[in-house]
Amino acid sequence: MSEKKDRGKAAKREKAGDYIPADHKDAKADRSDVTLPSLGFVGMLRWAWRQLTSMRTALMLLLLLAVAAVPGSIWPQRVQDAFAVQTWIDDNPTVGPVLDFFQLFDVYSSVWFSAIYLLLFISLIGCILPRTRKHWQHIRSAPPRTPRRLEKLPEYGALELESKAAGDDADAPDTEQVIEDARRVLKKRGYRTDVREAGSDARGRQVPASIGAEKGYSKEVGNLLFHIALVGVLVFVALGSMFSYRGQKIIMEDEAFVNALVAYDNFYPGTYFDEDQLHPFSITLNDFDRVFDRQSEEYFGQALDFTADVTVQEGTDEEPRQEELSVNDPLTLGGARLFLVGNGYAPVVTVEDSNGDVAFSGPVVTRPEDSVYTSMMVIKAPDAQPEQLGFQGMFLPTSHEVEDGLAVSIDPELGNPQLQLDSYYGDLGLDDGTPQNVYVLDTENLEELNSRSAEAGGIVLEPGQTYELPDGMGSISFDEVIDYMAVDIHYNPGQVGVLVFALTALGGLIMTLFIRRRRAWVTVETTEEGRVLVRYGLLSRGEDFSLRDENIALRSDFEKKWPVRAPEEN
Amino acid sequence: MTFMLTLRPIDEQLAEYSELFMLIAASIYTIAFIAFTIDMVRSSATIRRVEAELATERDRESAMAGVGAAGSGSGGAGTGGSEGGGPESGGGVEPVELVDDEMAYTGTKRPIANVAVALTVVAALAHAFAVITRGIAANRVPWANMFEFLTSAALIVSLVYLVALIRRDLRFLGVFAVGLVVIMMVGATIGFPTPVGHVQPALQNPWIWIHVSLAAIAIGLFALTFAMNILQLIQQRRERAMTAAGRGEDADGEASSRVSRWQFLRLVPSSVALENWAYRINAIGFVFWTMGPLITGAIWAEETWGRYWGWDTKEVWTFVIWVVYAGYLHARATRGWTGNRSAWLSIIGFACIIFNYAVVNVYFPGLHSYAGLPE
Ligand code: HEM
Repeated sequence: MSEKKDRGKAAKREKAGDYIPADHKDAKADRSDVTLPSLGFVGMLRWAWRQLTSMRTALMLLLLLAVAAVPGSIWPQRVQDAFAVQTWIDDNPTVGPVLDFFQLFDVYSSVWFSAIYLLLFISLIGCILPRTRKHWQHIRSAPPRTPRRLEKLPEYGALELESKAAGDDADAPDTEQVIEDARRVLKKRGYRTDVREAGSDARGRQVPASIGAEKGYSKEVGNLLFHIALVGVLVFVALGSMFSYRGQKIIMEDEAFVNALVAYDNFYPGTYFDEDQLHPFSITLNDFDRVFDRQSEEYFGQALDFTADVTVQEGTDEEPRQEELSVNDPLTLGGARLFLVGNGYAPVVTVEDSNGDVAFSGPVVTRPEDSVYTSMMVIKAPDAQPEQLGFQGMFLPTSHEVEDGLAVSIDPELGNPQLQLDSYYGDLGLDDGTPQNVYVLDTENLEELNSRSAEAGGIVLEPGQTYELPDGMGSISFDEVIDYMAVDIHYNPGQVGVLVFALTALGGLIMTLFIRRRRAWVTVETTEEGRVLVRYGLLSRGEDFSLRDENIALRSDFEKKWPVRAPEEN
Repeated sequence: MTFMLTLRPIDEQLAEYSELFMLIAASIYTIAFIAFTIDMVRSSATIRRVEAELATERDRESAMAGVGAAGSGSGGAGTGGSEGGGPESGGGVEPVELVDDEMAYTGTKRPIANVAVALTVVAALAHAFAVITRGIAANRVPWANMFEFLTSAALIVSLVYLVALIRRDLRFLGVFAVGLVVIMMVGATIGFPTPVGHVQPALQNPWIWIHVSLAAIAIGLFALTFAMNILQLIQQRRERAMTAAGRGEDADGEASSRVSRWQFLRLVPSSVALENWAYRINAIGFVFWTMGPLITGAIWAEETWGRYWGWDTKEVWTFVIWVVYAGYLHARATRGWTGNRSAWLSIIGFACIIFNYAVVNVYFPGLHSYAGLPE
């Protein structure tokens, strides 16, 4: 008994130094040991291909990919926030452009990141194809030849069956029947079997009748499936990014958005996007609801729920219908998906110039800066005469004066809405056509009219109030407050494919990691005493921790079938 | 339009119980950790005692079986240990392999380690109570902020360890597993104390159940393999020293002093066994990481933000960790990369996980930081 145990241990130790399943060790790893041969151009190419498709290269590329992905979490990325990237570059005028040159703000579309993953996938394909062919052949061929000495295998066992002829109590079936029984047992345990007749080998040595058996072919199938599915994921990611579109839009209360290129605030088309692809729909924001925590002391005023009550119309002839749009609960319109990603308040203001003409009138989008919706706002009135007017400041939903003149918002809901603005006149810089951020007032070429930081103070307005600007420059009135929501509109035809292949990969992964690939051989011969002797040996390909359990299970199956003689003492 | 607030109010009373039990659990874990440490430090004494017991047993056997049988009598226990064959500290007693590759121990009674295990069980019960009541108090999953994620993940680490302990004798990992749990609990309490509250809209989604719990299970598994792979590296140095000492290549006595200094490692399985076990567990962990952070994370992101993958900082690190562990699985099939090198990859993988939660969550801005309101 202890001898057997030690043998198992020795086999395990042996394996530890060399885990490589036999087939891809010789197929792959050996090749990468090849030194540069002088085989001319074709030889060089072949050599390069072998290097690229070796396991070691795959490993290197994988590790490189991991390292290369990291910078994208350190510096802002244009795919997420182009504005943040610009700010970063502006703040770091020396380092910024250098990083930009090396595409560190576009890591995932950079030349070097793409090079790594493309090489990896070429290597992957170069690896899958021969392996698939090999495995296909393997599946169709018989289990391998019976080794001469089964006792050399990592797991081994022998059973001597009783025989009346040798003076035992019970009698065992004859060798042919035993072979058939053994084949059945193996079959039942999931092996594919191949029965070999007794005979003699090439050197004329006597060879007993035997069974060769193998199971776990689907382990390699799973592995191939996994790697192929990774290619599928990549392909659909690429397709998706070619034909997708993505845009952002701020929609005011009572405003209708029609899905057309001109209507978007920002639009990011895929490489092969065509305007005809835009799904025809329109959406109107009727009402916007915010729910804040009013119960908890610690979290008083924390946002709990946002819901937009909208009217949508798909196509041009379908009936308009009522829908609710909320966080986590997008609308699907045509093939496009519409997500609620933001919201805020839009004070409606009217600016009149010194002639009393309306220079600006309408809702102004404000940008909430904190959890109590202290919101930044900028108003530009380029039509004002004789000087253009500009305003910047804050909107406070529930204003509370903390010290003289200084007010803060203390609640996100509209308790005591207030505008706090500074005003400017001069050239807003809009006339030369350079695109401007609507949320930023460039005060460089402007003269300050009044300001909250100046002694005279700035503009403080509550709904319904009007403020006369100094020097007769005009007036500004705060009419009311409405809501707005920010939506992202996405169309990505590739994502179903990505999901399907990702799940396939997962299935393949589970198959490859948890299915065991094993070979078993059984030989049946007759001893000098006339008893039937059954020997069997087990071999696993690759990792197998429970080969011993398989041995035990097999043995007990055999013992149930035949009258097995108790092992002799000494 | 009518709108119903579907969130149930916070149960403040239950929330207080939860916090109390969290503290109790943390304290008991700490005591368990100390017990595991004492067990580790006292292991030389344990080993000496066990060896003495085995020796007397052997003497008795050989006395009974007569002189001739003595050699074969010791074979059963001795073959594995004689592999090193070095001068053990046992003072004349032939070194015995105290633990085999399946982590079955030979005659080692370790009362203090048993106490430590029992304490860990009690702590885990209190801990589970704390986590569950917190969820009930808030009427949602109890892992929606850093405090909750750390305490829930710590519970998973501790449960994974205890479940693994049923299958195998992993007491040698106690110091590491329970130590990690203590660190997570203390980190949560000191670093991110957060009273029970509702969560912001983006987190009110059923995917949070699956996504976060799969991630936590993966982390629990990776935590175990992290400890195993570190022990593997240490164990291997000792094994090498033993071989060196055994071959008489130990001129300055350094190797044998290393062998005797690390007595605790005699209660730790061989580096090969550790490596094999770490692989099995890592394979399971990898599947969980693939399902959890990677796939369900992408599905949830699509539902909330409209894109399944946007290279947000947390997404970047989820990917990096996945690729590192894929690299680990590859390394074990690549010649020249088995053993220590792949162990290092597994260690690096876990270091990335710690970095992801301790640094990325806190310092790197991104959608997952849930800092505030829309732009
Ligand atoms: C896109 C990059 C790749 C990823 C993410 C990846 C991932 C994995 C994973 C997770 C496994 C473990 C599953 C298993 O053991 O069967 C694995 C195994 C394997 N991979 Fe890859 N792989 C990639 C590329 C490659 C390439 C390029 C090759 C060929 C050179 C390759 C060859 C193999 C082989 C032979 C195995 C089996 C190892 C074993 O039997 O343990 N893989 N791969």
